[in-house]
Amino acid sequence: MSKKIKRHDGRAADDMRAMEAKVGVVPNAKGSAMFKIGKTIAVAVVRGPKKLHPKFLQDPESGKLRCFYNMISFSGSGDRVRPGPSRRSKEINLVMENALAPALDLTAFPGSAVEVHVNLIQTDAGTRCAAITAAAMALADAGFRMKDLVSAVAVGSINGNVVADLDKTEEDISDAVDIPIAMMPNEEKVTLLQLDGKITQEALLEAVELAKPVCKKIAELQRKAITERYQ
Amino acid sequence: MAKVIKEHIHSLLEKGLRQDGRKLLDYRKDISVEYGISPKSAEGSARVRIGETEVVAGVKLGMSTPYPDQQDSGSIMFGAELSPIASDRFEMGPPSIESIEIARVVDRGIRESGAIDFKKLCVKKGEKVWQICVDMYPINDAGNLRDACSLAALAAMKDAKFPEFDKVTGIVNYEKKTKTSLPLTDEPIEVTVLKINNDFVIDPSCEEEEFLDARLTTAFLKDGAICAMQKGGKGALSTEDIGKMVKIASDNVKLLRKAL
Repeated sequence: MSKKIKRHDGRAADDMRAMEAKVGVVPNAKGSAMFKIGKTIAVAVVRGPKKLHPKFLQDPESGKLRCFYNMISFSGSGDRVRPGPSRRSKEINLVMENALAPALDLTAFPGSAVEVHVNLIQTDAGTRCAAITAAAMALADAGFRMKDLVSAVAVGSINGNVVADLDKTEEDISDAVDIPIAMMPNEEKVTLLQLDGKITQEALLEAVELAKPVCKKIAELQRKAITERYQ
Repeated sequence: MAKVIKEHIHSLLEKGLRQDGRKLLDYRKDISVEYGISPKSAEGSARVRIGETEVVAGVKLGMSTPYPDQQDSGSIMFGAELSPIASDRFEMGPPSIESIEIARVVDRGIRESGAIDFKKLCVKKGEKVWQICVDMYPINDAGNLRDACSLAALAAMKDAKFPEFDKVTGIVNYEKKTKTSLPLTDEPIEVTVLKINNDFVIDPSCEEEEFLDARLTTAFLKDGAICAMQKGGKGALSTEDIGKMVKIASDNVKLLRKAL
């Protein structure tokens, strides 16, 4: 990142917003975690394993991860968010499951469901990534077998410059490209990749490259939060 | 299993004891209120902790049209979401009857007491009024969500500031908050007392709630007047019981008020 660009909050292109991670924030849950990045705050809780309904969804070989992303009513910018599932939240549930499942081994719980519920308390873009990052910590806290953590960040480009961790002000710029990415940081494998906007092939690859060190930094923080809980 | 726990709770109560070491009429001492927990997005927000019980609540203000029978009054709406975040006993899906009851009792306490001056929410008679939406989200259920939700809702309302409203364009600018607070004229607070077997218990744990015979929630105004009540549970209460339970509740309301 040699290019000097100006971001509205003074960050360098590869700078993330201030982060905070905490594990075990909901005492009555098997696993829970809070992840804060800038003004975006996600709280994740693990419930289960429990019986999976409807029955046809059950997998006789393995447990199934189910994610529930929920922006609480006063967490959006502008109008109140209507409670209950939306088409957007349902899609996010799906991509969260796909992002976390590769790291998770639920073969010990055939036919059951492991649920991760994530509430967004306040949002300033990057919410699905914050949700995934918090969910991974909560799953680790719950003690499920995982071969790696999952860390997520939204990279993207603004005015043609590749940057990490867009906030809402940046996301709202007309030519902004938003690329949420989740990675297993040790394996350096991507488990979530979405893109909104128009970008060149070169810039895309540059953005994905940028996500690597950023996710590793997030993973460090996740690991620290998890170990702190058990010391 | 349930029977064993029930008998255990009963026998403890008879000795004047509870599972966590408190006496029957001891409210948990660690009560805290944190304001502005979602300041970027909510007009008002707060987190309430009573022991390990945690509830966050937030206020959103929106421009709306008045109801036909109240042309010069704004409106208020309360919601409580009991999601699996807070407890294993909550399920996904449409609002449960328990969450509806919690929200409705908070609603009555604030609406019927006249704690809000709805006339002050009117921007243009017959056309534009503010609508207040207060939503309560339990994060960890360690008992007594009712009192915690009511306190969190009130705290979020105290924290709220109106966003800027442009009368010419009719647009609410959520980015800019004014210095105007909600027209709160009083501060109703709920206190819940349980009857289990023949004993009265305040600030119940989850297990005590599971095995309650009757529950009485009473909302009090600043001057000690009662502004809402709700009896819950399948058991019956004598008038003597009710008198005692209201007295217990009123003795403890200042403890919650102090936390605000």
